[in-house]
Formats: sequence, C-alpha cells, structure tokens
Amino acid sequence: MELVTPGIGLIFWQLVTFLLVLFLLTKFAWKPIMSALREREASIEDALSAAERAKLEVQGLKAENEKLLAEARLERDRILKEASDAGNNIVETAKNKANEEGARMIAHAREAIENEKLAAITEVKNMAAALSVDIAERILRRELSDPQAQQALAQDYISEVTL
Amino acid sequence: MKKLFILLFSFLTISVYAEAAAEGGEFRPGDMITHHIADDYSWHFADGVVLHLPVILFDNGQPVVFSSSNFYNENHELVPYKGYVLEHGHIYRATPEGEASHDKAGLIDISITKNVASMFVSVALLFFVFFSIAASYKKNAGKAPRGLQSFFEPLIVFIRDDIAKANIGPKYERYMPYLLTIFFFIWFNNLLGLMPGGANLTGNIAVTLVLAAMTLLITVFSGNKNYWKHIFATPGVPTWLAPIMIPVELIGILTKPFSLMVRLFANITAGHIIILSLFSLIFIFQSIAVGPLSVAFATFMNFLELFVALLQAYIFTLLSAMYFGGAVEEHHHEEHAHGEAH
Repeated sequence: MELVTPGIGLIFWQLVTFLLVLFLLTKFAWKPIMSALREREASIEDALSAAERAKLEVQGLKAENEKLLAEARLERDRILKEASDAGNNIVETAKNKANEEGARMIAHAREAIENEKLAAITEVKNMAAALSVDIAERILRRELSDPQAQQALAQDYISEVTL
Repeated sequence: MKKLFILLFSFLTISVYAEAAAEGGEFRPGDMITHHIADDYSWHFADGVVLHLPVILFDNGQPVVFSSSNFYNENHELVPYKGYVLEHGHIYRATPEGEASHDKAGLIDISITKNVASMFVSVALLFFVFFSIAASYKKNAGKAPRGLQSFFEPLIVFIRDDIAKANIGPKYERYMPYLLTIFFFIWFNNLLGLMPGGANLTGNIAVTLVLAAMTLLITVFSGNKNYWKHIFATPGVPTWLAPIMIPVELIGILTKPFSLMVRLFANITAGHIIILSLFSLIFIFQSIAVGPLSVAFATFMNFLELFVALLQAYIFTLLSAMYFGGAVEEHHHEEHAHGEAH
C-alpha cells in the first residue's frame, strides 16, 4: 500500500537532515543549555546549603553566647561567693587575733600584777622585819637597864625553847 | 497563540473548500484525503498558491535536476518531461509513447518533496528557537529564564528529570541530546503538519522509520553485558528453551522500534484523516447545513490533535528512553523481564 511504503528520497533526506540537526543542536544548543541549567541548579543548591549553614552558624553563635552568658553568671556568683568568704575570713581572723591579743595582754597584766604583788609583799616583809628589829632593839635597850627584867626575858626565851 | 491557531485552521477550511470546488465533477473524499496525507512534488498552500519543488533524480548514477512545474502544462495537465513522467505521485521513466514505464531499476528519486521542504522549515524553526534559547542562557547566566527560554525550559527539564533520569538512570547524560532532539523534532513537525497546507511529515512512514531506526541503533550499540545476556541467555530460563527464546528476544529487539515507527505514523496520519473526513462530510452531503457541525467537530479534533502532537512526541521520547534504560541497566530484575508495553 502506498501509505506504508517508505520512499527512498524521504528516508535519505530525513536521515541527512536529522543527523545534521542532531549534531548542530547538540553542539550549539543542548550542550550550552544543559550546562547552563546544571550550573544554575548547582548555584541554587549552593545558595540553599550556604543559607542552611549560615542558619546553623547563627544558632551555634546564639548557643555559644548563651553558654558564655551562663558561664559569666556562674563566674560572677563564684567571685561574689569568694569575696564574701574572704571578707568573713578576714573578720574571723581579726576577731581571733584580737581575742588572742586580749588574752595575751591580760596574761601579761596578771604576771605584772603578780610580780608587783610579790615585790610589795617582800617590801612589806622587809619593812616589818626592820620595824621588828627596830622595836626589839628599842625594847631591849630599855629592858636591859633593869637586871630584873633581863632575867625575866631570858626566862621567857628559855621557856619558849622546847627540847 | 490559541487565536492564531483558530485563525490558521479557518484558512485550512477555506483551502479544502476551494480545492473541492476547483476540481469540479464528482467529489471523491478518498482521493482528496490520500492526496493530502501523501507526499507531493509541489506544495499547495491554497488553491492557486503552489510552490513547485525541485525534482532530483539519479538515473543510473547520472544526476537529473529540474523543477516539478515542468510536469504540468498551462492547463494543469500532466505532461512528460526530459523522458520522465509523473504518475500517481511518483516519477517514472517515460516510454516513447509518453506512458509510465514501471521498470524503476537504477532510478533513485531524492527530490525535495513537500515533506522534505516542510522538514527544512521545521529545521529552520528548531535552529532559530534553540540557538536563540542557548544564546539567552549565555546572556542571563545564573538568572531566571526569560521569554522563549522560560517556555522551553520546563520542557527541557521535564525531559531530563522525568524521561531521561527516571528511565535511564545515572548514565542519562549521554542520551540527552538525542532525546531532546527527537522530542522537539517530532513535536515541531506534528504542529507544522496541523498548519493549513502543512505536510504530513511525522505521519509519513519513511520519517518514522528513520527515527525508530535511530533509537534501535542507539539501543543496540549502548547495550551492555547484562542486556545481551538477557537476550542470549535469559536468566531463569532452561537452556533447552534457548532455540525458542533467542529468536523471540531477537525479534523483540526489532518489535520495539517497529512499534515506535507505526505508533507515530498511525497517530498522526489518523488525525489528519479524521479532520479531512469531517470536512468531506460537507461535500458528501452537499449541504451547507452540515457545515457548522463539521467545522465544530473538526475544530474539536484540531484541539485534540494539538494535544496528540505533544503526546506522541512525549511517548516516542519516553519509550526511546526506556529502551536505552533497558540497554544500560546494570543489575537484572526478574519480574520486569518481559513487562515492557508495546
């Protein structure tokens, strides 16, 4: 049948033309178009992933900032605590020192008083001895002028001595 | 665009009407339709507007070139010229009596026929469209597409992503130029065929034969070990079945492109026949009352054909991609072995 009988002329022209079209379009249209599409898609892909990265980075920064803030807060608390501890320590030490000093001073004073007391007692003793000697001398001087009294005195002494 | 097509189709109506009237005598729809869908040595755009195309013959290796207008005398009657005669749309050597000699040995006819001329127009259009698109890709590199570029880009991306990548796999890149070329070649020619006075190029078996043969050759030459193993030693089939299986598989290689050839040819030719038949109804009934109905149906058919033009280009490209995919497929799937649609 006419319709389904391929004509040699048309086959020839179709083959030549189609191959030419295929070659020229491939070289001057499809290759540049496909590579342009690829490049554009790659650049869009890159831009998207860059945006994603930037987002993650911002999130990271934010987290870091928060971490820093939290750290700073902790640091502040620590410093405050340390300062108050140090203050307390100083006060405590000062108190202790004052107590010690007081005690030491009291002890010192006591010792001085004791010494003074001993000195005073010794002096009193000495003075009493001197006075006694003096009194005795005076009595003796007066008594010895009376032989009877001398006798009586000697008698007293002897009675006092117990054997 | 739509308005333009409607306008062009209205011209087609006028052209058919004019021709039927000019022929005079009895109207034979069969002859009219055959004449419209067949190839010709001159291009009738409308009655009286005829482009006589060059005839190129190789007679026993001797090139003979002349205008096809020489076959017609001033009364539009066929006459022999330089020892050749045109009969029923074919050129034969003339006998001394001026009759056609049916001995065609050594006579090769590669005339620029209506179909060839129409193909040249489509090629010019393809070059114009795609070279300008390529230029605009260079001009606004990395920017959003504009104008013609933005109309064709989705199609190109669709062919790449949904036809090539989906059916061929990672090696799709190699086949992209061919797939894009056949898609746009078929689509543009389908649309040109719908123009008034347009040639029925993609509805010509010679054209679809060449396109299908291309797909066949590319499939066969890109067939890997797996592909050939599937044909000569189909996995899972006992060896004693090989005398049956191998011929069947070999025939299968040919039936795939054969179906491509017939599908495109038949779809496009059928579309032309239906539209022309609908117009013929007016003349068969010889009633102007049938006119509006005929035109309404023909307009509907034209819109359907616009869709078919795109659909057939898509199917041809898709199936080609599937055959290439089968040829380069790396690992074998048992259940898909014979599942391909024809």
